Amino acid sequence: MAILVDETTRVVVQGITGRDGSFHARQMKEYGTNVVAGVTPGKSGAAVDGLNAPVFDTVRQAVDVAGANTSVIYVPAAAAADAILESAEAGLRLVVCITEGIPVNDMLRVHHALAVRGDKNFVLIGPNCPGVISPGKSKVGIMPGFIHKPGRVGLISRSGTLTYEIVHALTQAGVGQSTCIGIGGDPVIGSRFTDLLPRFESDTGTDAVVLVGEIGGSDEELAAAWYTERKRRIRVVAFIAGVSAPPGKRMGHAGAIISGGKGAAKDKIETLGRHGIPVASDPAQIPELVRRAVP
Amino acid sequence: MKIHEYQARLLFEEAGIPVARAIVADTPEAARRAAEQIGGPVAVKAQVHVGGRGKAGGVKLATTPADAGNAASQILGMRIKQSVVCKVLVMEKVEIARELYLGVVFDRDHRGHSVIASAAGGVDIEEVSAKTPEKILKQFVHPLVGLSAHQARQIGFGLGVPPKSALEIAKTLLALYTVYQRTDASLAEINPYVVRPDSTTVAIDAKMNFDDNALFRHKSIEDMRDMGEEEPLEIEAKNADLAYVHLGGDIGIIGNGAGLVMTTLDVVTAAGGRPANFLDIGGSSSPEKVRRALEIVLKEKSLKAIFLNVFGGITRCDDVATGLVQVLKAVQVRVPIIIRMTGTNVELGMKILNESGLNLKTYPTMQEAALVAADIARSA
Repeated sequence: MAILVDETTRVVVQGITGRDGSFHARQMKEYGTNVVAGVTPGKSGAAVDGLNAPVFDTVRQAVDVAGANTSVIYVPAAAAADAILESAEAGLRLVVCITEGIPVNDMLRVHHALAVRGDKNFVLIGPNCPGVISPGKSKVGIMPGFIHKPGRVGLISRSGTLTYEIVHALTQAGVGQSTCIGIGGDPVIGSRFTDLLPRFESDTGTDAVVLVGEIGGSDEELAAAWYTERKRRIRVVAFIAGVSAPPGKRMGHAGAIISGGKGAAKDKIETLGRHGIPVASDPAQIPELVRRAVP
Repeated sequence: MKIHEYQARLLFEEAGIPVARAIVADTPEAARRAAEQIGGPVAVKAQVHVGGRGKAGGVKLATTPADAGNAASQILGMRIKQSVVCKVLVMEKVEIARELYLGVVFDRDHRGHSVIASAAGGVDIEEVSAKTPEKILKQFVHPLVGLSAHQARQIGFGLGVPPKSALEIAKTLLALYTVYQRTDASLAEINPYVVRPDSTTVAIDAKMNFDDNALFRHKSIEDMRDMGEEEPLEIEAKNADLAYVHLGGDIGIIGNGAGLVMTTLDVVTAAGGRPANFLDIGGSSSPEKVRRALEIVLKEKSLKAIFLNVFGGITRCDDVATGLVQVLKAVQVRVPIIIRMTGTNVELGMKILNESGLNLKTYPTMQEAALVAADIARSA
């Protein structure tokens, strides 16, 4: 079992004729993902090296003709908010936005437009994220697929490479993963920890979830509150990056900033601990924490 | 991105907010003429991005144009925290009955913006918010709806000022939100906003910050950037498409991916080291980016060691190592380099590094590498 993506996932790649879009479309296909279509407005019928998926002008065509149910977005930042809304309107159930550098106001508009649509089954992951992978089933994003191993531990992370690092450590320790989700490093993202934890809670193929947080915002605190709101089946362990980060400085990710005294790592670690979530002081400790949580 | 008070003041004036008369000057003589033109007593205010200029002596009152010239000659060239004052704003002295705080900020938790006001103006708003939260008035602005007039009035009439002032404040808040929204700002602040004895109101301060990701559609805002206010290495890194933060320690940190670099800083700090910087070369790890990164970090003056932390993902460790060796042979590095590498084909990668003939210290874990880096920096 897994959440969000599996063998039934049929991917349309928005921005498939671009450098990143075509490269990662090939990588996904190589991993075994069903890449069924691509979209670049004005380039329908174009051929993309190493792929036999048809290219359309609109996501609607990719849904109607190729049966896409999931989109992954590699379009430039200025066009990305529109690409997300196009996929939502076309009736896709999952949109993964990889694009980095989208203006905050664009994402606020997307967030509230999606809220107005009120489709409870629609999920947006990202932006500024590595994507989603259910090892051995489907990879929708840019992560190196071969570091993963099928198993029963879920992962939700605000980071990219740090996630790979942790996944790699889990795999090396023999701990496989059900689904790994990079939710993105921006201040306004489609799905937060608390939007995804309930899905893992109801996934019988997941026993534990690793939360990888960082400075900025209060999503980790909300996740801690969710965990103790009532008795949970899954165990949760965490890692928080940025313990040594100075206030007021943006640490690479647009959302990684301690501002107005809020969002510091030590406060997050303290809150998680108080809610019974063990927090690793080094990513290398995570496999051990997981083993202790689900013996 | 931040701009100066005199620049934000112009944006506020364009938006229809009443602002105190003021003229920007970059020499004492220009400041003297400005005071003459304004007439009467003036305030001479240092134009710097950092806060706390008043306490640092960067704001002086002057009763005559000659005084204003003298004040400017004292302030210009002054160092306030890391900024050097290059311009002053000469502003008319305003009669003050009340000082208020008005602001619009990005409200991350509510996924929108908030308009904030306080009857305690002229002081640090974060301090007010921490000590006396009841003095803060706040209205959430739904991004799809915008700020409504009634919300602005709710704040205006909540401040305990005469009705005439309250209505003016409401008008100012609507204008402030409009300019904030139009420019993709992340902060627009007037501290203090003054109620005069005759109940009219006026802004005697102006501050705006902007969303870096939206600057591509605001050329006129981008043009206001003051390079003199930014860390030179941060500018250089930005031009090379690298994320850089100057931190002031002596261990240069380079890694691929923001989260991984942040974690590296944490582990180095925990090991007793002091990171000189944060430098993210991006998720991939192309040799060209590593070369640029090294060149930039080497410009950190107090550098004693470099810690390179790389995860080999789609680009596997052996390829990364081959690229690294090429780069390290080409760039003159005056300090020891500690490399920690992990990911696919890590054994092969380490072998390439260790057999390169270069004096590299390689470690399989972040902690070991961090301890060594801290040790080298301490004894250097």
